[in-house]
Amino acid sequence: MTTADLFLQQAINGLSLGAMYSLLALGFTLVYGIMELINFSHFNVFMVGSFVAMVTLQMFGLSGQDTILTGLPLVGVMLVAFLASMTLCGAIGVAIERFLLRPLRAVKGPAAMITTIGVSYVLFNAVLLSIGADSKNFPNPLPPLTFAIGGAVLRLREILIWIISLVLMGGLTYFVQFTRLGKAMRATAQDPEAARMMGVEVDRVVMTAFFVGSALAGASGMIFGLYYNLSKVDIGFAAGLRAFTAAVLGGIGNVPGAMVGGVLIGLIEALSGQVVGTAWTDVIIFGILVLVLVFKPVGLMGRVAPNKS
Amino acid sequence: MSRDGSLLLEFTNVNTYYGDLHALKNVNYTIGKGEIVSLLGGNACGKSTTMKTIMGIVRPATGTVIFDGKPIEKLPTSERVKLGIAPVLEARRLFPRMTVYENLEMGAYTQPRGARFSEDLERVYSLFPRVKERRNQLGGTLSGGEQQMVAIGRALMARPRLICMDEPSMGLSPLYVEQVFDIIQEINKQGTTIFMVEQNANMALSIAHRAYVLQTGAVVLSGTAAELRVNPLIREAYLGELKVDVAA
Repeated sequence: MTTADLFLQQAINGLSLGAMYSLLALGFTLVYGIMELINFSHFNVFMVGSFVAMVTLQMFGLSGQDTILTGLPLVGVMLVAFLASMTLCGAIGVAIERFLLRPLRAVKGPAAMITTIGVSYVLFNAVLLSIGADSKNFPNPLPPLTFAIGGAVLRLREILIWIISLVLMGGLTYFVQFTRLGKAMRATAQDPEAARMMGVEVDRVVMTAFFVGSALAGASGMIFGLYYNLSKVDIGFAAGLRAFTAAVLGGIGNVPGAMVGGVLIGLIEALSGQVVGTAWTDVIIFGILVLVLVFKPVGLMGRVAPNKS
Repeated sequence: MSRDGSLLLEFTNVNTYYGDLHALKNVNYTIGKGEIVSLLGGNACGKSTTMKTIMGIVRPATGTVIFDGKPIEKLPTSERVKLGIAPVLEARRLFPRMTVYENLEMGAYTQPRGARFSEDLERVYSLFPRVKERRNQLGGTLSGGEQQMVAIGRALMARPRLICMDEPSMGLSPLYVEQVFDIIQEINKQGTTIFMVEQNANMALSIAHRAYVLQTGAVVLSGTAAELRVNPLIREAYLGELKVDVAA
């Protein structure tokens, strides 16, 4: 491989990682946008999502990378695994909101945020106890179909990840821009009290933000498994922190910002791993986070305090 | 005018607190169907708390709030909007990053979509041709006067029976103040009851049928607008007979 091919290859990898971070970052940004809460349980909802996808694929008799599916069975199995992981994660998100955070809604200060840290540890330890601490092989039934782009290789896996991510992000954008509930979400993010006085039921909006954000984390968790061919109980922390950085980089609370921030972080991770060395990846990513917070605290696409005049 | 003497909104011995602060002290208001009733008073006298109590943003500790014969003080805000109470908020509070059209849609949030929505939209556009021109612009990019038109239009989209206005003249140029008050009168003539908090007592009393005067959370004076306009206390404190009235 020439240097140019290496960069192209890393850009392809980076786009897949970026898609994963974008989907995960959206959950942080949706919840933060609505209720100014950093939801640390999101880290491990993502991890649970990857295990739900893994177990679902195993229920179809798949294990490891030996069983290859094609055609309709492949599409069907993939779709079922994505839907299972998204639905279950969405339900977990809704349960966290309904039973643990809603009772704290009126409490000022960091109580809700600290609760989400606690929930994160509960999820982590539940998986640790039931599945174990070692890395699990993630079934991958995709045929080893590849396309050459110059000297770089584009795998079917990448195409699948990109299509799924584009569909989900396109769907989210449509939902937020054009549906009644989506508009209520935007209105609530911009001025919660005014939205309430338009007749918006804030509880419903908050619950929707948790459901959608957590479902996207489920999809992201499945993408993690497909990308690395493994899942592990501690994957939520590194991926979650990078996705959170992506949300801050794009401007927390800003939906397109989270998408762009995620792709940027993915590309930075892949390319810096190539150029500087993977040992430096976290230094570079979190160095960027610090620089953004110092020089442009509202993020690349964020706005200064909302204009309420 | 559809004033038939029956009551639309009634506060009976309402007490509202913010923590230790006693914001409304045993307050009684009655607002008849078809009336324009104004609430006058200085800063921090409980005017905005009154609005928030009607909308259900704050709940009274004791007392009852009756809307059209039904107690509403325990209902959530969204239910009150469905019953026909719509706000025009202090400082307009448009959704700054939503278009004017989307702001109007939010006003109609509790209303079914379809023919009625288009009808209401046309009504707002004919009352405010400027709003129609600006319909694709973001709320935050409009001038104060234009924002006030959208804010009133947004309230009308809810097909309200009662509009609660919080300082409709605040921050507007005198020309817009005139226009806004003309429109308020027009909306009232078309059958909507108006309860209006206003610092600009001159303007408020010129269009209101009745008014209440609040001082540190208690009603100290009430009567018809004509009575209050000649009341020496009002003339001194609110109509700028002795002081320079900056708002006029």
